[in-house]
Amino acid sequence: MLVQALRRLLVAIPTILAIIVACFLLMHAAPGGPFTSQRQVPEVIEKRLEQHYGLDLPIAEQIVRYVGGLAHGDLGPSMKYRDKTVLQIIEEGAPTSAILGVGAMVLALLVGGGLGIVAAFRQNRTLDYAVMAMAIIGVCLPALVVGPLLQMLLGVELHWLPSGGLFRDEFALRYLVLPVLTLSLPLIAVVSRLMRASMIEALRSNAIRTARAKGLPEWQVIIRHALPIALLPIVSYAGPALAGVMSGSFVIETVYQLPGIGKQFVLAAQQRDYTLVMGVVLIYSFLIILFNLGSDIMYRVLDPRTRST
Amino acid sequence: MSDLLYDDVEMPRKIRGRSLWDDARRRLMRNPAAVVSLYVVAILVLAAIFGPILWIYKIDEIFRDRVAIAPTLDHMHLLGTDTEGRDIVARMLFGLRISLLVGVAATIVALSIGVAYGAIAGFFGGVVDEVMMRFVDVLYAIPFIFFVIVLMTLIDTPDPFFKLMLIFMAIGAVEWLTMARIVRGQTIALRHKEFVEAARASGAKPLEIVFRHIVPNVLGPVVVYATLNIPVIILSESFLSFIGLGVQEPLTSLGRLISDGSGQMINAPWMLVTPAVTMLITLLAFNFLGDGLRDALDPKDR
Repeated sequence: MLVQALRRLLVAIPTILAIIVACFLLMHAAPGGPFTSQRQVPEVIEKRLEQHYGLDLPIAEQIVRYVGGLAHGDLGPSMKYRDKTVLQIIEEGAPTSAILGVGAMVLALLVGGGLGIVAAFRQNRTLDYAVMAMAIIGVCLPALVVGPLLQMLLGVELHWLPSGGLFRDEFALRYLVLPVLTLSLPLIAVVSRLMRASMIEALRSNAIRTARAKGLPEWQVIIRHALPIALLPIVSYAGPALAGVMSGSFVIETVYQLPGIGKQFVLAAQQRDYTLVMGVVLIYSFLIILFNLGSDIMYRVLDPRTRST
Repeated sequence: MSDLLYDDVEMPRKIRGRSLWDDARRRLMRNPAAVVSLYVVAILVLAAIFGPILWIYKIDEIFRDRVAIAPTLDHMHLLGTDTEGRDIVARMLFGLRISLLVGVAATIVALSIGVAYGAIAGFFGGVVDEVMMRFVDVLYAIPFIFFVIVLMTLIDTPDPFFKLMLIFMAIGAVEWLTMARIVRGQTIALRHKEFVEAARASGAKPLEIVFRHIVPNVLGPVVVYATLNIPVIILSESFLSFIGLGVQEPLTSLGRLISDGSGQMINAPWMLVTPAVTMLITLLAFNFLGDGLRDALDPKDR
């Protein structure tokens, strides 16, 4: 299994190279550049700036230079924040986004998983319908509605929780509650639907019939036999989804005024901060590849059918 | 059910073969949530088409003396006016029209690319499949929003209608990836079936087999996915509006109304509530309809 995991990581290298090339081509396909959109600068200065950042070179050469820097762990200087490197900007924002993303996913797995199991055991009864209706509403409520509503209700009206900001004076969990909740609502919805469907299927399987026939107590049948099989679809969903939420959410970070990389990324893409965009895309694709691998490993651990003997 | 059987016995001439689609429609009609959603979708579509024409106010009609008034029967501002003094019913109906248009048009773009791409990759298999799907993998790893921003800045235009076209082209150009994967999987399952062999034996060219024989047979999951995809696209558009890349004035969309409304949440909450509720109803209807279709078209699941 270790060999396989290593091989997968090796295959990831050409994938990441392809992503870099695709991103470069996309970014340079659009007219203009980081220095054309802002206030009028004399053409000479613009040329100098482009020269300084290597933007006057042919694209192929720029890509080679970028990859060369990357090999040394250098993501290049930011083109908009003149005194910062891309690495510094990401180091500032990434922890916030990562904490929010992991928090939201953990909450989604616990709450969504729990609701899904309960619904599966009450299939086609009132509780099941209630959970599934909630799940659909959860998918349909956009964060830009839920966010402001929660903020107004719990933050401004009831004063239960701070309505925005993070690490303002000290690190405190209560600053995280609302953003994590908002971020995890759609995840909870998806997880509960997946969990319900796969739990129902697992309970019908022959493995469970055998376990029951052996006379195992019901809770043991569920925890030891049904749950591992039922978790499989969730595992494959959670990997890429975790990469998605960890790489930042523009809406959440804007509504709750949090310093994450989601907002930085959107601003950078709009302002053509090529290196910063590239940096965040790289982190995202790295996380996707890593978590997909993690998903597959978990899959093997959980699924008795793919377990090597 | 029993009198149906009885009818058949009485009048055997009435017996008629039931196609897969007949069966599916029957199952769909027996699902109350799906039937209700079907009506809701029909009403929403009618409201989106005819509402803006029939309603007494236009979206850009400004009343300087009636700024941000709460829902009232005075002057028929049933849902109030916004901070510019425009009637909210008119704006909501127009926003619904644009949102549905974006949802449907982008889905059509995603479907056309995704079905053709996935069917070709799945049918030809081997190196073709490998190269085509690796390309999809690479695009998957590029964040959606970056893709859309680049596509939107690629063609910068002041014309709001042209910009609207660009929005759904851009969203559709991103959403086709999942479609391609679904269709590819289905195609691989179908390509060694007898009817494909028969078509090949009768001298059909490969592309002819793909589009005349394979594609019609994968339409079931495609329809389901398309229905479930419309709400996703409407949400994406609202996100684009939120970051200022979506629909531009004088046009508006539900997403844009919501993002405008969330700024006025304290002093004019009706500006947020109306588009938010409309959006919720729209998304719920499409989701329940999509779920109903899935259950109807996939008897295994029942």
